[in-house]
Parts: sequence; structure tokens; C-alpha cells
Amino acid sequence: MPSSAATEEIPLNSAAASTSASPALEATFAAALATAREPIWLEQLRRDAWAIANRDGLISATGITVGKSDERWRFSGHKGWTLGGANRVESSYTGQLPDLGIGANSTQIAGRLTFADDQLVGHSSHSADLARKGVIFLPLSEAIAKHPELLREHLFRSDHALGGGKFLALHQAYSRSGAFLYVPDNVEIPETFFAAHWTVSPGATLFPHTLIVAGANSKINFLDYYGSAVNNDSAWIAGAATIIAGSGAKVFRNSVQNLHARALSYQCDTTVCGREADVKNLSVHLVAQRARYESYSKLNGAGANLELDALTIASGTQEFDQRTFQDHAAPRAKSNLLFKNALLNDSRTIFAGMIRVEPNAEETDAYQQNRNLLLNPTAEADSLPGLEIQNQNVRCTHGATTSRLDPEELFYLRSRGVPKNVAYQLLVFGFFEEIIQKVENEALAELLRKLAREKFGN
Amino acid sequence: MSIETDTATANQIAIDREKGNFRYDTDYAFDAGVGLRPATIDYIADVKGEEPWVREFRHKALKIFESKPMPTHWATKDLEAIDFSKIRYYLSQGQKPSRTWDEVPADIKKTFERLGIPEQERKFLAGVEAQFDSEAAYSRMKEGLSKLGVIFVGPTEGLKDHAEIFRPWFGKVIPTSDNKFSALNSAVFSGGSFIYVPKGVKVKQPLQAYFRINAENFGQFERTLIIADEGAEVTYMEGCTAPKFETATLHSAVVELVALKGAKIQYITVQNWSNNVFNLVTKRGLAHEEAEIRWIDCNIGSRLTMKYPGVILKGRKARGEVLSIALAGDGQHQDTGAKMIHAADETSSNIIAKSISVGKGRSTYRGLVQIPKHLKNCKNNTECDALLINANSRTDTYPAITVRGEGNSVQHEASVSKVSAEQIFYMRSRGLSEAAAMSLSVNGFINDLVREFPMEYSVELKRLIELEMEGSVG
Repeated sequence: MPSSAATEEIPLNSAAASTSASPALEATFAAALATAREPIWLEQLRRDAWAIANRDGLISATGITVGKSDERWRFSGHKGWTLGGANRVESSYTGQLPDLGIGANSTQIAGRLTFADDQLVGHSSHSADLARKGVIFLPLSEAIAKHPELLREHLFRSDHALGGGKFLALHQAYSRSGAFLYVPDNVEIPETFFAAHWTVSPGATLFPHTLIVAGANSKINFLDYYGSAVNNDSAWIAGAATIIAGSGAKVFRNSVQNLHARALSYQCDTTVCGREADVKNLSVHLVAQRARYESYSKLNGAGANLELDALTIASGTQEFDQRTFQDHAAPRAKSNLLFKNALLNDSRTIFAGMIRVEPNAEETDAYQQNRNLLLNPTAEADSLPGLEIQNQNVRCTHGATTSRLDPEELFYLRSRGVPKNVAYQLLVFGFFEEIIQKVENEALAELLRKLAREKFGN
Repeated sequence: MSIETDTATANQIAIDREKGNFRYDTDYAFDAGVGLRPATIDYIADVKGEEPWVREFRHKALKIFESKPMPTHWATKDLEAIDFSKIRYYLSQGQKPSRTWDEVPADIKKTFERLGIPEQERKFLAGVEAQFDSEAAYSRMKEGLSKLGVIFVGPTEGLKDHAEIFRPWFGKVIPTSDNKFSALNSAVFSGGSFIYVPKGVKVKQPLQAYFRINAENFGQFERTLIIADEGAEVTYMEGCTAPKFETATLHSAVVELVALKGAKIQYITVQNWSNNVFNLVTKRGLAHEEAEIRWIDCNIGSRLTMKYPGVILKGRKARGEVLSIALAGDGQHQDTGAKMIHAADETSSNIIAKSISVGKGRSTYRGLVQIPKHLKNCKNNTECDALLINANSRTDTYPAITVRGEGNSVQHEASVSKVSAEQIFYMRSRGLSEAAAMSLSVNGFINDLVREFPMEYSVELKRLIELEMEGSVG
């Protein structure tokens, strides 16, 4: 029999029996806990998570071991998740961070938080007008201190079955940086809230967290940017974001992952949609040696509408491993997923998607689409599009295609006098544009186009 | 052919609602007992008078079977309900495969009469290999086919008398260690068909075999190997009906197909085991250059079917196809699918799977498509459609697709739907009963696949679906 420990889902909020962390890891954790001086409930959550992270010795000083017979890790490399947890770098970076050109026109930005190696280095708070309406936009640690009741209700409640339980546990044990956004009922904010998370020092280990709570009929835009300010030997990110959209809330969240080529990244998004909520979560994945992205969405409210989009450009020997779950737990909800991957060189992408329709979720309309564009013969695209349907009154479809550029389209452009390399780029950028044009913020869309072009070296 | 029936027999065979839903008492001349031990293997090898290498093959397989875990990390936990120590692994009348109808024992004839074999054989079948429990009870080939050099025998005969043909491919397409159940089959196989079609011979009529299970707690482990030599063509049909029993029975077959250069093999299955049978089957074909292998697979019966017919596209321009229909009723889980392993340039594969879930039935599609990096211009198309009839029906789709290389393209599409209320309303307004409308609608859903079956199968299939749809409305 396969090891049950590896396949069993790890509940994050229950205390585990034994821990087997090395003394060095244990000391690091204890020191961080002592320094933080957090409320008792949160200390308990962290201790529980730490116990889970270390249960069965799956986390050691050399890295996280992934169960080989775990279907949720099918096709993924099982090795190489080396862990920087023990040599966490506590730096206070004062140097210059790259300018992304977002919010140069400050009217587009509602509030901005900047972190370097998990340390807060910039906080431009929102306007007094928004504060008067009850909007809260704070660094996580400050939010814990100032709004414990809100945080206690929502923090670290993401708990799902996509396989990254160990990473999430580690995240929950350590995460103290990131943004908390709370928008009360009926407050609509057209501008974007922006959180940037930078890796700076070699060997930096980051646990950025994002918690968005959108009240009923509110409207918000949020952008997370994960980048490397300095290209160096290593960086390790285990990030998590939770988006809770109340009844009728309209939430548009973007995330961009653009680390350096030696970085390891784990990122988990949890999206919870209330009744008639309208949520879009769009993520762009550009640079990391290895990146696992898990997106779990739960459609809890009747008539909710969810759109999940992702664009990945993989080059070199990069591996992008993406797992998604659309859980329809309420009637008349709609979800639409489109994940597009372009693969260069010897890169590899894995898309594993699942739509689950619970027995009571009648009139579900769910779609899942994965498009892979192979730009080099040695690149590899794996697709695992899945459906689990337990109600008959539904419309569920999925599609997955993997192909190269259409030779006829290339021929047409060349016959019109477009040089081969330009024609090639036009078609590839056209492939990206389907996702990029969904970004309403023009500055951000332009930034994405620029980053995509950079991946192609021009 | 007329048969005398006394009252007792008439009562025993009177239940006529479903074909095969009856049991006939037979005396089992050879019985290996219950459970699986090395002694069971020796017993089977002794009864069959097998050569030492076959016995060795079986013993090795038993060790592999014992060492392999149940695949429950991805498959259903229902597999754990199988108690391997309570199954009979070999059972036979001890009869040699018969050449003429007259030589077949009368009581077995009666059972076959119920299945309609003689008529079908008389009408148009080239040869009938009707499997009664483990051993082929009846086997006959038209003279013309024999003259062409077509060999159509059971595994015992095949490995003994035609070893030079069958031994090189035996266990090569599906190695013993492929999975737990292929190992089990390799240890205890008996019955099945070994077919060789010589170079350039195109067998016009389909070869056919009926399989039955007729003993409680008795697993059936037939082994089939079909070799089509260069340019040869053959169609093989396999249909199953089984009596209903209260305790679960196990059916675990291994079917290997080898299509040499330019050959074509079509393998058709209609599976209608009773709802207590575990049907865990490994089927795979090896297609050489420009060869074509088609699996046409229909699963209606059994408690749990796990079957993923595959094609290894080994030669340039080889073609593989799987057409699959699954119908899962109450208490049934049809876990079916297809595997396409591309291993040469310009190979193409096509998978079309349609499933219908009725009542609490669950149907699952699992697919595997692999195109490795050194290949050029390979194509795969996969379509899976699921139809859910009742509110508590369930369907799952788990495809896995890996693509590398140059100029390869893969497309996969799946959809889940229900029977359209408007269609039903229209038919009812035209005077059809709700059940008839439903049955018509469901038959329409699979019609384009049913047409791929030979005539008598598609008629039987439509009847079976009508039967399954009875009482499912509401």
C-alpha cells in the first residue's frame, strides 16, 4: 500500500501529534514566535501548523518531500524543494527597489504596501475619505494588532485538497508580512490596491500573505506583485492569498509572479464567492526556477460568478506546476477558467484542473480550458483536466489543447512581407493578449506586455 | 436445433427479462479449490499439461501479483472489497475444445442456446470460440479460413502447438508487472483466444467468442493474443453475459494485440457482466508501421469495471482508435478510458468516449496521451461526453496528456449534460411515453458510436440500453 501519510489531506487547524523538526529549525520557529508577540489564538494556529509541517518528517533541513504516489503531484518533480526555513534572512533592506511604473499616476492607486524580504519598506495609505468609509488596508502584522476580531475570523482559514498542505502549513507557521484589505458593505473603490513583495538577499525565504475581505455589494481591485529586486543564487517563496467575496461583491484580483531564474515559488490562492458575487482572479507567471501555483475556489453562494485566468511563459528549464479546483457548492453559479501556457526551450508546464459539482449545485455552468503553445520541440506540456459531477442539471465542459504555432497563420503573415521572427512574435503575443486584455488597469496591462516581451529578450 | 426441457429445467431458465440472467448447474470435473497459492498454479499447469516455461511464467507472475499494492491511491476504494482468498482460480469441464457441434455436451448446449450462439454461428460467423467458464467448450473454424492459414485456438493449444508464433509476443505487449491484475492473470490465466492471421490475409467475417461466468465466487482469467501479420486484417468480437449471484465474482482478462506492418485489427467488446462482477481488464495493442488498431468497447454490466484499452503506436504512421460506450446504473461504477502512447513520427490517435449515468450510477473516464520529445507531427483527438439521467447520478473525467516534440498537436474536449427537457416534451407531445422518449434520447446520444458496431451488436446494444432505461425516469 502507498504511504497514507503522503496522500492524506492535512487539516491545518487541528493539532498534530508529534513533531520531528531538527533543533535548528525548532529554534528558528520558537524565536520567531517569541519576537512576534501575537494573540494566543494566533500563536496556537502557528504551533498547530508547525506541528503539521513537521509531521512524519516530511520537512527536513534539506527540503520538503512530496509523496510519490500522491495523484495531486502527478508529473511534478518530487525533488528539489530545498528549504530555506532554517536560514531565514532577517534583513532590513534600504536600497532601491525596481520601479514597476504602476501608479505613476497616483490616482489609479488606492493604497500601496511594499515589502522586501518580508520586511515592510513602504506604506502609502489610502485616502482619508476611504478610511471614513471604514476601509482597512494595513500590513498583516499591524492588522493583527489593530483588528484582531476581523483577523481571527478570516486569517489562515484556507484549507484545501490540492496537495500543498506542507507548504501551506509552513506558510501559516511563519507568515507575518503581506496585506490585509477590508472593505465594508456597499463601498465601491475604482482604484487599485497594490502590494509588492520583493526578494533581495541571497537565500531569502519569504512567506507573503494576502487577505482580502470584500463586504456585500462592495467593489475592489487588488494587485499582488512577487518580484526579485536582485538576481542571486536563491530565493524561496511560500505565499498564500485568500479572497473572500461577500454577497454581490465585485472583486478583481491580479497577481504577477516575476522572480529570478533560481527562485523556488509556491503560491496558493483561495477564492470564496458568496451569493451573486462576481470575482475575477487573474495570475501571470513569468520567472522562477520552479513554481507551483494552486488555485482553489469555492462557489458558496447561489448565482456566484467566477472567472479564473492565467498566463504562463516558461523558458529555460523552468517548471510551472499549476493545480486548480473549481468547487461548485451552490446552485446557479458560473465559473470560467482559462489557463494559457507558452513554452520555450526545455521548459515544462503542468496543468491539473478539476471542476467538482456538489449534489445540490444545480444549474451549474462551469468551464475549464487549458491552452498550451509549444514553441520548442523539447519543451513539455502536461494536462490533467478533470471533472467530478454529482448533479445532472448542469452544463460542464473542459478542453485542453497543445500545439505549435499555426503554420498557415505564419505563412499568411510572411506572404504579407512580415519577416519570420516578427510574424512569430506577433502570433505569440497574440496568444498572450487574450489574457492581458482582460486586465482593466491600463498601466498594469502595459507592464505585463513589457514583461512578456522581456522573456523573449527584446 | 430442438432441445428437450423438463419442468425443472424450464423453471431454471424461465427468467427471460435479461439475457444471461439464469444459472445452470454443471459438474466441474477439475477444480483448483478456493484461494491462490503456488500449489494452485502447479495444479492449473498440471491439468493443462503445460511446458515448464509456462509454469515458470505463472509462478513468477504470482510473486509479482503478491508484491504489488492495490492501486487505491487513484482508483476506487471498492477494490478493497475483493477477497482474493475466497475466489476459485481454475474450473473446467476438463474437455478439449470441440470441433463439431455434436461433440458439445448437451447441458452446455442448453446454456448456449439461451445465448443464441448456434444461430449466429450458423448464419455468418467464421468461427466460434464460445468460452464456457475457463475452457473453450466449442471451437470451429470454417475450412476456408484454415486453408488461409489462420490460427484460432485457446492459449493452452496456442502456447503448446504454435509456440514459435505466439511465444515471441506472449506477455510482450502487456508485461506481467504492468499492474496488479495483469500479474494475477499471468499467474492463473485459462481460456481466451490465440489468433494468428498470416501475411496479407484479410479475414472478411468477424471472429467471435462468447464468454460466460457460471460458478459462484469464480474468477475468470482469459488470455487473448491476436497477431495480424504484415498487411493482414481481422475483426474480433467479444461479448459477455453472466448469471447473477449474490457474492462478488472477479473477472480479470489480459488482451494483447500485435498489428505488424500495414495490418489492421479491430477488437469489439460488449460487456454485460452481472452487477456483482469486478471486471478488471488490461487491454493493449502494439501497432507497427502504418498499422491500425481499433478498440470498440461497450460496458453495460458489472459492479466495477476498470478498463483502459491502449495502443502503443510503435511504427511510423500507425493509427490507434478507442471508441467507448459506458452505461452505469445503480450500484455500478464504469471506470473506463483509453491510453495512447505515441512512439513514432506521424502517428495519430483518436478517442471518443460516451458515458451515461443512471440512478446512483457513476461513470469515470481516465485517459492517457503521451507524445515524447523526439517525435514529429503526431496527432491526438479526444472527446468525452457524459450524460447524467437522474439527480444523484455521477460522472468524472480524469485525462492526463503529455506533449513534447515538433509539430505535434493534441486536443481534448469533454462535456457533461443531461437529457434535454424540451426533447422529452416534444416526444411526449407526439404520443411517446416518458420512458420511450428517454430511451430514444439516450440512444440518440450514443448513436454515432453504436453505428460503428457490427449490425447484430448494435441491435443488441440498443435493446440493452432500452432495458437499462426502463424505470429510470423520474
